[in-house]
Amino acid sequence: MPVPIDLLSFARAVADGDIRVIDLTQTLSQEFPTIVLPPELGQCAPFRMEEVSRYDERGPAWYWNNISLGEHTGTHFDAPIHWISGKDLPNNAVDTIDAAKFIAPACVLDCSKECAANPDFALTVPFVEQWEVRHGRIEPGSWVLLRTDWSKRSYPDYAGLRDDGAHTPGPEPTVVKWFVEERDVHGFGTETIGTDFGQGHHFNPPYPAHFYMHGKGRFGLQCLTNLDLLPPKGALIIAAPLKIKQGSGSPLRVLALVAGGTA
Amino acid sequence: MTPPLVRPKRKNPFQRTRLPLSPQGVRSRTAHGLTAAAAEGRFALQVCLDCGAAVYPPRDACPSCLSARIPFRDVDSGGTLIAETTVRTSTDPYFRERTPWRVGTVRLDAGPVVVAHLHGDAVEGARVRLELKLDKSGSAVAMALPEKDTPNMADDPHLREMTCDPKFRRVLITDGRMPVGQAMAQAFSDAGAAIVFVGLAEPWKPFPGLDGLRKIERVEIVPLDVTDTESVTEQAQQNGAHIDILVNTAEHVRPGGIVDRHGLTIAREEMDVRYLGLMRLAQAFGPILRFRGADGVNSAAAFVNLLSVHALMNWPTYGSYSATEAACLSAAQCMRAELRPGGVKVVNVFFGPLETEWFQTVPPPKVAPAMLANAVVRTLRQGAEDAFVGDIAEDIRQRLAVNPKALEREMAS
Amino acid sequence: MAAVPQTGNESPTRKSYDGVVACLPVTIPYRRYSTNTAHWWIGRALHELIKPAGLRPKDIDGLAVSSFTVGPDTAVGLTQHFGLSPRWLDHIPFGGASGVIALRRAARAVQAGDAHIVACVAADTNHVDSFRKTLSTFSRFAQDAVYPYGSGGANASFALITKNYMNAYGAKREDFAKLCIAQRDNALSIPHAMMKRKLTLDEYMSARPIAEPIHLFDCVMPCAGAEALLVCREDTARSFNLPAVRILSTIERHNAFAADPMQVRGGWALDADELWSMAGLRPEDVDFVQTYDDYPVISMMQLEDLGFCAKGQGPDFVRSHTFTNDGTFPHNTSGGQLSVGQAGAAGGFLGLVEAMRQLTSQPLGTQVPDARSCLVSGFGMINYDRGLSSCAAILARAA
Repeated sequence: MPVPIDLLSFARAVADGDIRVIDLTQTLSQEFPTIVLPPELGQCAPFRMEEVSRYDERGPAWYWNNISLGEHTGTHFDAPIHWISGKDLPNNAVDTIDAAKFIAPACVLDCSKECAANPDFALTVPFVEQWEVRHGRIEPGSWVLLRTDWSKRSYPDYAGLRDDGAHTPGPEPTVVKWFVEERDVHGFGTETIGTDFGQGHHFNPPYPAHFYMHGKGRFGLQCLTNLDLLPPKGALIIAAPLKIKQGSGSPLRVLALVAGGTA
Repeated sequence: MTPPLVRPKRKNPFQRTRLPLSPQGVRSRTAHGLTAAAAEGRFALQVCLDCGAAVYPPRDACPSCLSARIPFRDVDSGGTLIAETTVRTSTDPYFRERTPWRVGTVRLDAGPVVVAHLHGDAVEGARVRLELKLDKSGSAVAMALPEKDTPNMADDPHLREMTCDPKFRRVLITDGRMPVGQAMAQAFSDAGAAIVFVGLAEPWKPFPGLDGLRKIERVEIVPLDVTDTESVTEQAQQNGAHIDILVNTAEHVRPGGIVDRHGLTIAREEMDVRYLGLMRLAQAFGPILRFRGADGVNSAAAFVNLLSVHALMNWPTYGSYSATEAACLSAAQCMRAELRPGGVKVVNVFFGPLETEWFQTVPPPKVAPAMLANAVVRTLRQGAEDAFVGDIAEDIRQRLAVNPKALEREMAS
Repeated sequence: MAAVPQTGNESPTRKSYDGVVACLPVTIPYRRYSTNTAHWWIGRALHELIKPAGLRPKDIDGLAVSSFTVGPDTAVGLTQHFGLSPRWLDHIPFGGASGVIALRRAARAVQAGDAHIVACVAADTNHVDSFRKTLSTFSRFAQDAVYPYGSGGANASFALITKNYMNAYGAKREDFAKLCIAQRDNALSIPHAMMKRKLTLDEYMSARPIAEPIHLFDCVMPCAGAEALLVCREDTARSFNLPAVRILSTIERHNAFAADPMQVRGGWALDADELWSMAGLRPEDVDFVQTYDDYPVISMMQLEDLGFCAKGQGPDFVRSHTFTNDGTFPHNTSGGQLSVGQAGAAGGFLGLVEAMRQLTSQPLGTQVPDARSCLVSGFGMINYDRGLSSCAAILARAA
């Protein structure tokens, strides 16, 4: 019989700091870069705020804003319905995914040194196997989060846009397929805009992180930050998107719970 | 001889700002035929269709033959300055603080006698040419200029009161990302602007032309995103009091209609960039521009809108774009009334298809960005408030004046 | 079919004014500023008109009113305001031409029996800012084509006319000075004159410029005041023991010489021959002349156009005559508006009322010796760039 879990003790541990809560979310602001697609295609709306009132003649005792943004603006969650490969899967939209799936453990793969030297760093199977040698096998049902320290860069370098598109790190097609087929991962998360390699449109298939993950009903997280504060294993991720009707994704608060004192 | 304008010293921060006043702008309806001509930089008087007499002041029947058929027509602006005087005292607050003020009687070659403002180089007994200008009240007045251009002519203080000359003024080009914005920056630098602020949004998105922009003399790049209220507000708070001419170069051009478009995201962007962007600029910069309308040599002078001529008549090939431009035109008309108490002109410069990316498949004639930019500078120097740039814009203006319904059909074919 | 008669050259077929006289010259002393309304000033004048003859308001069966500041009323409202019930009513809005024009309208009404006793009144108040309000709404052409150009008012408009006249005919400021100085001398004994001191040539020449070539002493001082008179049959005046003045001739013209690029002559030039032949007199026969003096250049034009000298000879005429009441050409015998002040439309009556005083030997100031006949001239209504209205009357002492 499993040991009964005392949630009140868990809550006390969070309040006391024995379980640390690390915010993996970028602030939603107008300046934060968004994905840029070719001009002929529909674009992701950037984050914008319009003040409704601020303790003034428009509303004397209160301050509030109307906001506008896309489902994929800022730190956000991708649901399988987002990609053509996942469009017909059951429970594939943010409002129909089983809520239990919004809590899962994470494995954090650190390639920050490699990325510092090379913005076109591509994650490969051998790199992950090396990581598993040090930290153990990736458990099924885990988020795989790619720590690149990309979130520490200035916005122009973060976006990495050049004449031929974005130059930002991401996974090769083979490793994505391997994550799904060999490790049964929960989903893939990155610090960059998009889960895919910046030049991923040249891969076969194009955008393999989206193609394979969503094709198999897995999830995506993008524009994460503070991954450098997480242990390679053991963090618990809470990532619950907004319950948008047939939503393809949504901006959300991504929290990591890490047990024990300072890292 | 007009002394050359001296670059103004820095404003004394302890001195109260002189507030704008307006000369009397009330005119009879018929007299606003002159306002229509002045708005476009034309010289027109009523001319009798039945006896050919040119008529002034504006009225409702020909004084030679009593015909009612006296429409406004462009006429020869040459004449002789018969007599002049210098007004030294005035009961009108606007003129009272601007005396001495020269006026004179001009006998036009076309016939009528016109009481006119005088350029400093207009000499009694000599030939002059008249121009119709919009004064600070927004109504038309006649100004006599020397028949041939004289040195530093634009610097004459009374002429400068009627125009929005960029010389020594500080300009904000709202968007330098595209060729039009870059050409605009160059044209204003060449026109002697004291400083050309150029707004750039989304600095993380590179674009060709940034190096070129940086090389233009007296350009200063500032962060400005017309789709972001906070960005516009911040820029106005920082630099609003140092901006005399605002040129809104933020553009959003996409082909596509209304019924035959799929989805609304493009229209939303278009409205956000063009219409709401204009509204953000108006709310953030309008009040300070209006406040500074009489603030010295480099007073706030103009808010310039670049509008597709299809704001006046929808072109279904660019149907959603046309509709958005129409919204901007109506907003500009509202702004004109709101900024007039400050003597700040809202200038609408209409153009047909441009030689830019999103008009690529449209056949010529098209307007090159430099041509548009030069037209903007020219319009400001003239003090006009409506300009039509390029053959297509002029063609549409003419067709609209004759038969809007026919034009509507022609635009759709 | 008879040919259309040519204007200005016809033989005198105009009916005389025999049997009609003007009497009871009334002036309500001027004040620089007044918080009273034009109605109050008109009321004072009407009161002074009825007192000497012991008339009652209902005896006044004709009324002619001239006023710029009586709004929102016109003449009709004033009948009820003052308890009058006239059977002849006219509003004469012709500014400086109002006096003679009211006279000739009233005279015909009395001659025809349409009214027996016509009160002709001109009055205006002068609030501290009433001058500015009058300017900006004076006429449609002024609104559209004059006021926006420096808002210098009539001063600027007449500056242009003066400049052009000086260029055309060689008039000098000293010539205008001579007229102004003589007028000031004539006003020294007028108690309510706005200008109370002698004017020297030096003061005139060095006065501050208003709109060159017009300087301070070329301009009238706006003020509040009223002028009035009665027009009635000669036997009516006699029955009330009122000294009277006969009307020998009158002329009136509006918008003459429209093709002149600038105003160098007024309508008098068209109609002066008729004026003199109707009166049976020549210019040298009259004993004094009242010209309308909004600006000295206009007085000079009237001297030319009314036949005292040829066009362009005004400067010479001024240099070779003296214009005080004891001079060779008594002119503006109470000082004219330039000395006494311009009480709005009352300025158009000033010359006429003063002429009546001189001809009935009851001047406010000095008497012109042997004053038996005179010419009174009116001018006004600068609509765009020139005064449109001109008029004149030759008056004589009634036997």
